[in-house]
Amino acid sequence: MWRYTLRRLIQGVITVWFIATATFIAMHNVPGDPLSSDKAVSEEIRANLEAKYGLDRPVTQQYLIYVKNLLRGDFGISFTQKNREVNDIIREHFPVSATLGILAIVFAGLGGVLWGALTALYRNRLPDIVIMFLVILGISVPSFVFAALGQLALVNLNDLLGISLLPVAGWGTVWHMLVPSLVLGLGTMAYLTRLMRSSMLEIISSDFVRTARAKGLPATQIFTRHQLRNAILPVVTVLGPSIAAITTGGFVVEMVFAIPGLGRYFVQAVQQLDYTVIMGTTVFYGAFLVFMVIVVDLLYGWIDPRVRLE
Amino acid sequence: MSEVIPSNDNFTTSAGRQLLLFGLLAVAGIALLMIALSWATSLTSSTSGAVEGIDPATKTITLVLAEEPPQLNSTLATDQVSGMILGHLMEGLLRYDEHSQLTPGVAERWTIGEQEATFWLRDDARWSDGQAVTAHDFVFAWRTALDQANASEYAFILFPVKNAEAINNGKLPVEALGVTALDDRTLRVSLERPVAYFDKLVAFTTYFPIREDFYTATAGRYGADADTMIYNGPFALTRWVHGAHVRMEKNPYYWNSERVMIEVIDFPYVTTDPNASLNLFKDQKIAYTGLIEENLNEALVQRWHLHRFIDGSIFFMEFNHREGHPTANYHLRKAMQLALDPAELVYKVVKLPGYLPAESLFPIWLKGVEHNLRQEYPPPQVALDLQAAQRHLALAKEQLGVTELQPLVLLSGDNPLSNKQSEYYQATLKKRLGLDIRIDKQIFKQRLAKMTAGDFDMVLAGWGPDFDDPLTFGDLFASWNLNNRGRYANPELDAQVRIAQNSMDPRTRMDAFGEIQRILIEDAVVLMNYERGVVYVTDPRLKGLVRRAVGPDPDFTHVHIQEG
Repeated sequence: MWRYTLRRLIQGVITVWFIATATFIAMHNVPGDPLSSDKAVSEEIRANLEAKYGLDRPVTQQYLIYVKNLLRGDFGISFTQKNREVNDIIREHFPVSATLGILAIVFAGLGGVLWGALTALYRNRLPDIVIMFLVILGISVPSFVFAALGQLALVNLNDLLGISLLPVAGWGTVWHMLVPSLVLGLGTMAYLTRLMRSSMLEIISSDFVRTARAKGLPATQIFTRHQLRNAILPVVTVLGPSIAAITTGGFVVEMVFAIPGLGRYFVQAVQQLDYTVIMGTTVFYGAFLVFMVIVVDLLYGWIDPRVRLE
Repeated sequence: MSEVIPSNDNFTTSAGRQLLLFGLLAVAGIALLMIALSWATSLTSSTSGAVEGIDPATKTITLVLAEEPPQLNSTLATDQVSGMILGHLMEGLLRYDEHSQLTPGVAERWTIGEQEATFWLRDDARWSDGQAVTAHDFVFAWRTALDQANASEYAFILFPVKNAEAINNGKLPVEALGVTALDDRTLRVSLERPVAYFDKLVAFTTYFPIREDFYTATAGRYGADADTMIYNGPFALTRWVHGAHVRMEKNPYYWNSERVMIEVIDFPYVTTDPNASLNLFKDQKIAYTGLIEENLNEALVQRWHLHRFIDGSIFFMEFNHREGHPTANYHLRKAMQLALDPAELVYKVVKLPGYLPAESLFPIWLKGVEHNLRQEYPPPQVALDLQAAQRHLALAKEQLGVTELQPLVLLSGDNPLSNKQSEYYQATLKKRLGLDIRIDKQIFKQRLAKMTAGDFDMVLAGWGPDFDDPLTFGDLFASWNLNNRGRYANPELDAQVRIAQNSMDPRTRMDAFGEIQRILIEDAVVLMNYERGVVYVTDPRLKGLVRRAVGPDPDFTHVHIQEG
């Protein structure tokens, strides 16, 4: 177990280094100049800027400096926010994205398992048909549509009631989180529902469930211990990547609901060719994704004793 | 599942009940989790902007901020949002009043001569900690802006000050700058050349004062947060949660604070999404929102009173005049000029509310000697004339020695508006002149890189003013101007720009601008597209909002709340 964990961690570090290097190479080959702006600057001012960001050195040297700083956990200073450190940006905004993401994944996970179990239980009957229709909708409609619709619904709801029941946008209280996280988790919830349903149906017709029934075990025990627990495994498998996808994919939702998350900085940095912020956020998110996958793999062994972690 | 499993209703009911129980547990769990998360976030940041868009009791107006200011160090600021916020927090020697006219700011009176300018500072100008604003604060700020280590992109705007350019190029130390504090309240500026519009320059952000002791104490973080700044304007920044919340409160130390009728300007929302802004306005959470085309219908349904205004920027298609580009040929440019019509582009293609067809590089709002420049110097009219266009085209082909022109490359942005424009050019020039246009669509930074490198035949470009003088547009196509991306070089035009730059006589200067306007149109240096417009709505109780083409915009300094 410990050796397995250690091995996975070492693999993880190598993966992150690979991500960092690939991003560095890709970024320096993207067309465009990070220092250009609307108004042209003179050679001298440009040289001043290049010196400030170390872009006047050869690329190999830039890479070495970058890796050295990375090892010290220093991502440098943003190109667009000229006196903010990338570390500060991540530290201030990741918690917001993470909060939104955790809540969304909880919605998605719990919702997916419950709806999936329900549809399997009532297969081919009304609840199944209705929910599966909604699931198709949830999978095919992108989150920015849900975000816009969700916000519009809030405005109309508040208008109808004549009071501000839920805030339309902003961040800070528990009420600000509810709708954005639901919207963010909706796609994953739909996906997990389908996964849970098929997994559940497979379990229902398996031999051990038949045996359990034949033994005359109480229905609740069969359902919870034999069916749910086994059917949930595939859901846990995809949960890790989903967490990363949700936490990093919140850009549109963050923009629509004016939430100060990291997603906005991530996307804007790419548009602005803000080298340091691109590198910082990519490496950070890369490390985060790798870590989540390791955690889920470890969790897997804990949920399913049949899986040996060697 | 092909295998049919006999359904057992008893099992289903019992399992369903079990599931319901889990469901209820899940809801309870989520509720608990949300409370925990809410508590956790309240420790790091809280954007409790739950008040209404307008609160007469506390004299607060609430607004949405389109973008987070990158930072608020006035020597480094380049973007419009920073300019707007700094315009509320700071005050230069001069400022813009509610009619957008220049008015005394920190300086009580001033004289501008051919070689030097003198500013006498008012004795009641104070920083937000109560200390007096002195002439030394301006000296320090201007030196900082020009310091190479500071790498300010707007350093060039200080170049009329003696030795400024040499300092910025590292040839002279910052102490050599031609600005001295004769005493605490007298600022003497030596000028590089006569600068008739120097009073207009000193109202610009880069000329704002900074107090040395405070700046030094922030150790390079000046303007990064609310507590690393000090203010001498009508408002002070009391809160800045990055990406989330900017709050300005009335600065009691401001010398003219009696005239400020609002206590708080609050921006608890930061989003570029125009629909989010509209929804917040509908929910009465904000007092102002800009409108985009798709939202106009909604605004009409709601029977809101729409305001429109020209934001000052002008957009055009720039030709590449470098050797080897067919667009360096006068007749080819002239053919295109005569085959295209800005009014057609604006009213039939762009179709955005508030936009005006542009007739000249000088927008309609610029002031001339007494009235508007455009009234005093009407631009030469260019009418659609396809026969003349064909004649010019034939001449162009003859001079270029070709029977058929290679496709021309039109460099364009990647936004919907640029798409519409470039397609209009492509289709119209093909139909009317048989010219082939290849659209080169690029992301913002790459378009800039290609513009600088001269890698285009034609490019969609625009220009926004920095100061309230026609020169902010007038020197754009001078041969030495770096923003002259097509490298147009015409000694006749250069001479007129020199006159406009160096003369102190308003009439002589305006005559020069009239000439520049004539040359630009007659020589078809650029083809004009449009003057950008903005449509917006405000809460009807919000009075005194100022929009302007030059200077902080929108300006909330003079707003008040009308009750009842």
